[in-house]
Amino acid sequence: MVDEVDQDGIERIDVRYVANLARLYLDDSEVDTFQGQMEGIVEYVKQIGELDLSEIEPTSHARPIQNILREDVVSPGLDHELVMDNAPREKDGQFAVPQIIE
Amino acid sequence: MNYIVSIGLEVHVQLRTKSKMFCSCDTGYGAPPNTHVCPVCLGYPGAMPVMNKEAIRMTVLAGMMIGSEISTYSKFDRKSYFYPDMPKNYQITQYDKPFCDGGAVEIMVDGKPKTINVTRIHLEEDVGKNMHFRGSSGVDFNRAGIPLMEIVSEPDMSSPQEAYDYLTALKQIITYTDISNCNQEEGNMRCDVNCSIRPEGQTELGTKTELKNLNSFKAAFHALEYEIARQKEVLEAGGEIVQETRRWDPDTFETYSMRVKEKAHDYRYFPEPDLMPVVLDMELVEEWRSGLPELPEVRKARIITQYGLPEYDAGVLVSEKALADYFEGAAELSKNPKAISNWVMTEVLRFLSEKEIEITELKVMPKALSELVSLVDDKTINMTTAKEVFAIMCEKGGEPAGIVKEQGLAQVSDDGVIDAFVKQAMAENPKSVEDYKGGNKAAVQFLVGQVMRMSKGKANPQMVVGLLMDLMKG
Repeated sequence: MVDEVDQDGIERIDVRYVANLARLYLDDSEVDTFQGQMEGIVEYVKQIGELDLSEIEPTSHARPIQNILREDVVSPGLDHELVMDNAPREKDGQFAVPQIIE
Repeated sequence: MNYIVSIGLEVHVQLRTKSKMFCSCDTGYGAPPNTHVCPVCLGYPGAMPVMNKEAIRMTVLAGMMIGSEISTYSKFDRKSYFYPDMPKNYQITQYDKPFCDGGAVEIMVDGKPKTINVTRIHLEEDVGKNMHFRGSSGVDFNRAGIPLMEIVSEPDMSSPQEAYDYLTALKQIITYTDISNCNQEEGNMRCDVNCSIRPEGQTELGTKTELKNLNSFKAAFHALEYEIARQKEVLEAGGEIVQETRRWDPDTFETYSMRVKEKAHDYRYFPEPDLMPVVLDMELVEEWRSGLPELPEVRKARIITQYGLPEYDAGVLVSEKALADYFEGAAELSKNPKAISNWVMTEVLRFLSEKEIEITELKVMPKALSELVSLVDDKTINMTTAKEVFAIMCEKGGEPAGIVKEQGLAQVSDDGVIDAFVKQAMAENPKSVEDYKGGNKAAVQFLVGQVMRMSKGKANPQMVVGLLMDLMKG
C-alpha cells in the first residue's frame, strides 16, 4: 500500500487504493485528511526501525500461548428462525443478496 | 510451433471431521440451508474461533502420506476479500506457516513413474455456498467453516491427462488415509488449476491463467484441454496471455474471463489474532504416524503374496481402499481368492460402473460373494446360474444359498435327468450328431446348448459334455 516515494524520499500511501480495498468511498477532502493521518501512523511505527532487531524473531501474537484446541465434538448451533432474523431478505431458507455477477 | 505445457493444481479437500474447523457445528451434507450454523461460522462480531484438533491431525496425516515435512510451528492468518460466501469478509487460512511443507505424488506417464512435487498443504475454512435465483442470489452457510485442506502442487504436470492422473492418485492416498470421503458430487474434492504454455526452447514459464469452478476430475481435464488450445490460439495470432482468473462452464465446454487476478498482497494477509499458534509436539506427531494406513503399494504387495494373486489383479483391487477392503472381506472367508478377485474385477466393477454407485453402496456383501464362489466351486450351481444369483443379490441383497433354494436354481447333477435331456437333444438334432461323428467336434457345443436350454441352465455342463461324447463315440 506504500507504493511510491516522492522527491524528499517520503513514502506516499495510495489512500484511494486502500479505501477501495476496504470498500470505503472517500471524497477528495477525506482523502487529504487520511493521507496525513495514515502517513503519520506509518512514520510513528517506523521508529521501531531505529532499534537493532536482528536477534528478534518476528512476533505474530502478543502472548506466548499455544495449542488452544478443541475435541471434534458436534453441538447444535442456532435455530434457523433466529438466524434468518438477521437476514436482510430470505429466499428458500437462504440469505438473499443482490445478484452476484462475475 | 510446439509448446510446453505447465499445469499446477490447488486441490481443496473437505476433511471428514464431525464438527467444523473453528466451531462445533455439524459438517453433515445435505441439511436444509442455514441449519448447521452458529455465531462463529456466521461471523457474528465477538464470536471466537477454536481450532478442531482432529482436523489438524488429518492434515498432518495427509502430509505424512506424501512425504511432507511436518511443521513444528504453524499459525493461521486472515485473508481479506469481499464476497457473499464469507460473512466475516476474511477467510481464516494459513499464509506462511502451513502444517505441511513439500512432498510428492507419483503418477505413471507412458508406463514410467513421474514425480509431481507438492509445495505445501495448509488448512483453512470452507466458505458458504451461493445459489443463483432470478434477480437475486442466495447464501447457505452450512458449508462455511468445514475444515478444508488445500494441497498446492508445483507446475509439474504437462498435460490434462497428467493432471487427471495426479488427482486420481491424490484421491487414492486421501481415501486410504480415511481423512475425506473425496465424494466429488458432494463437493468434498474441488480444484483450481493454473496453466501456462511456452514455446519449446524457452526456459521461463509463460503467463498463467487460473481456472476455477472445477468440481470434478473430468471437468479439470476438459477445462485444461480447452484452455491450452485457447492459449495456443492467442499466441499464434501474435497476442499475449493475460494473467487472469477464468471460469469453466461445464455446459458450453468453454472457459471465460472472471476478473483480472488481484495481486497477493491485496488479500492483506496478517496473523489471525483470535487463534494462537500450533506447536506440534514431535512425540504426538510420531504417535499419529503410527496410525497411518498401509500404503496402496504395500497393500498390493501383501495381497499378491497373501492371496496368491497376479500383480494385475492386485493393482486393480488396491486402486481404491474400499474396493480392496471389499475384496479382502470376501477373500478371507474363501478358499478361492482368485475366483473372488475375478468376480470383483468383472461383475462387481461392471455393476458399479453401470449404476454409477460406490462399492460401499453394493448390496452384495463380501460374505455373500464368498458363499457364491463356494456354491460354484462345489458344483451346486454353474457359472451361468451364479451370475443370475449375483444379479438378484445386486437388486435385493440376501444370501446366495437361500436364493438358490428359493428359486430352485441348484444345478442338476442327477445322472438320470441329464441322461434323458442328452438323449432328447440327440434325437431332436440328428444332423449335429452326424456332424460330430463326421469330425466336426464343434458340433458338440450346439448340443450342450440344447441341453442347457431344456434344463433352464441348471444342468451340470461338465456332465453334459461327458455324456454326449460317450454316447456319440459309438
